Amino acid sequence: MLNDLDRRLLRHLQADPDQPVSQLAEAAGLPLASCYKRLERLQAQGVIKGSRAAINWAALGYSVEVSLRVTLDKTDPRAFDEFLAAAREVPEVIAIQTFLGVVDVRLSVIAQSMPHYQEVYRARILTLPHIADIEALMQVATIKEAQSLPL
Amino acid sequence: MIDLDDTDRAILRVMQGDATLKASEIGRRVGLSQPAAWRRIKRLNEAGVLKPRQLDLDLEKLGFGVTVFLGVKLATKGRVSLEDFERAVTAIPEVQTVQHVLGMYDYRLRIVARDLPDFERVLRRRIMTLPGVGNVEANVLLSEEHLPGPLG
Repeated sequence: MLNDLDRRLLRHLQADPDQPVSQLAEAAGLPLASCYKRLERLQAQGVIKGSRAAINWAALGYSVEVSLRVTLDKTDPRAFDEFLAAAREVPEVIAIQTFLGVVDVRLSVIAQSMPHYQEVYRARILTLPHIADIEALMQVATIKEAQSLPL
Repeated sequence: MIDLDDTDRAILRVMQGDATLKASEIGRRVGLSQPAAWRRIKRLNEAGVLKPRQLDLDLEKLGFGVTVFLGVKLATKGRVSLEDFERAVTAIPEVQTVQHVLGMYDYRLRIVARDLPDFERVLRRRIMTLPGVGNVEANVLLSEEHLPGPLG
């Protein structure tokens, strides 16, 4: 399992995934060779799965982002699968999350403007199957987006 | 705002899937030479199209068994400054993202915890004690998928 050195290494790595291993080794206070060895082991164990390059949609002209909280009609056992499969086909949907709680599914939807959003919402979202209720939260600002873990 | 052609979009699709690829490999996949791919990636980066690369860690292997999304409504609007709330909530290590939203909640928080008792501790000691916090709704994340978006 992981020890304190592994956690320290990951803490420094997640703060800046692009830094050279030499810099990482120094920050974590590890010899270079053992730093390489630990990184390899963490990758082999699947603790480090890779890295993602998220797109800044605002820079591409998609200035509207809306979080749609969807409640499904669960009397139909296929509701979840059919809804998710159809939602994946909508290009403006950039993320899908499922929940245990008040909300069943959340869709992140982007659009170039409010009229464009309205068009997407009416033509592609409201036509998705098995929707019982939808609530919208419009994104105003992202205050924190580190998604780093408290290791 | 930057204009993209089909090749730029193809490059972005490749990079969304794996951010560790070298320019030569990205070029090979979209049919460009290494220098041509490198120039395009540089241009995309300079236009701010890509957010800083994020490490993809296995939460469960690191002992974080639950992710919870909280919808937070501020109780005393106008009395407590948004800045005070934002400063305090941003400083909580278990809070991964904070989004200011418009709708039935004021803020949306993403929280990681080891398990449900650990989440309860964070909720009681850290969240419910925030300045101005009112109604809170919690939803436990079951699954999450990121889609390529309108790059097709």
